[in-house]
Amino acid sequence: MATVIVVTSGKGGVGKTTTSASFAVGLAQRGYRTAVIDFDVGLRNLDLIMGCERRVVYDFVNVINSEANLNQALIRDKRVENLYILPASQTRDKEALTKEGVERVLGELRESFEYIVCDSPAGIERGALMALYFADEALVVTNPEVSSVRDSDRILGILASRSRRAEQGDPPVQEHLVLARYAPERAHRGDMLSVEDVLEILGIPLLGVIPESPAVLQSSNAGVPVILDDGSEAGAAYGDLVDRFLGKNLPHRFLTAQKKGFLKRLFGGS
Amino acid sequence: MGLFDYFRSPQNKSAALAKERLQIIVAHERGSRRSSPDYLPALKKELLEVVRKYVPIDQSQVKVHLDREGGYEVLELNITLPDDEQRAPPH
Repeated sequence: MATVIVVTSGKGGVGKTTTSASFAVGLAQRGYRTAVIDFDVGLRNLDLIMGCERRVVYDFVNVINSEANLNQALIRDKRVENLYILPASQTRDKEALTKEGVERVLGELRESFEYIVCDSPAGIERGALMALYFADEALVVTNPEVSSVRDSDRILGILASRSRRAEQGDPPVQEHLVLARYAPERAHRGDMLSVEDVLEILGIPLLGVIPESPAVLQSSNAGVPVILDDGSEAGAAYGDLVDRFLGKNLPHRFLTAQKKGFLKRLFGGS
Repeated sequence: MGLFDYFRSPQNKSAALAKERLQIIVAHERGSRRSSPDYLPALKKELLEVVRKYVPIDQSQVKVHLDREGGYEVLELNITLPDDEQRAPPH
């Protein structure tokens, strides 16, 4: 039985696509057949983050409109086995995502995949609603910043009221918090909401904390999901996150400020 | 953290302010989400139109409230009618 996971946030620019890409790669690395779908019709970017932008021929909307079949549109990842990407359409408007169309494509994917990751667009419009509607579980990506936390709470309300599980009275969508762009030393100084603060406000279980890291930008520059850079803190944090999602009980890392040398402390620089 | 930060007292904890503001706004928004589903404003407007066919009332005289108690919901509807002399003649 396939599991559908939406990666959502409400606010834009908090790390949804970065998280979708690394999460999907992590699941596939661990042997699960995984598909990751870009729901951001008109503003696709998952293909760039995954480094397959030049291999897009058909897209999600082509499949919904039966202009191509799923096998023609799915892009097989060249680095990781078991991983396929379904890109969003760049030209059409979001109205192309019909509930019936999305349901049919997800149904087909369920036959051959174990995990289906839905990368939601920002906002609470059609694309975002369709990305979360069929979800069994949700990764809510939040930054330790007021507008992001508020928007995440709004999305939690929508998951609880407007998902298919909510409408049909099934067990609710299982929610997981992913706190991204965390800077432990700033939180320690009291300049940034801490992990505990965000958990207290949102009240959902913490799946992972991704530290602010230059590796994230370097990875997107190169089109290589940051989880594949396992020497970086962000990459290692995504690895842990995937293991935790699959049931491993791992302590959270990168939550405390690193000790700096005396000179660095004296003269600053972080 | 430079040299001078050591002499500065950490009074300026903006994260505490952020948390306090968030707790207030999030509680407020959750409250309004729970007590008023999407259709309530439209329901109120249509009710107003129906009652107005017979009695002249304004928006403030129609109160619609939804309560959740245990496993069921109670839709409470309160329409304040004007005094007799203000009433329009019957059709």
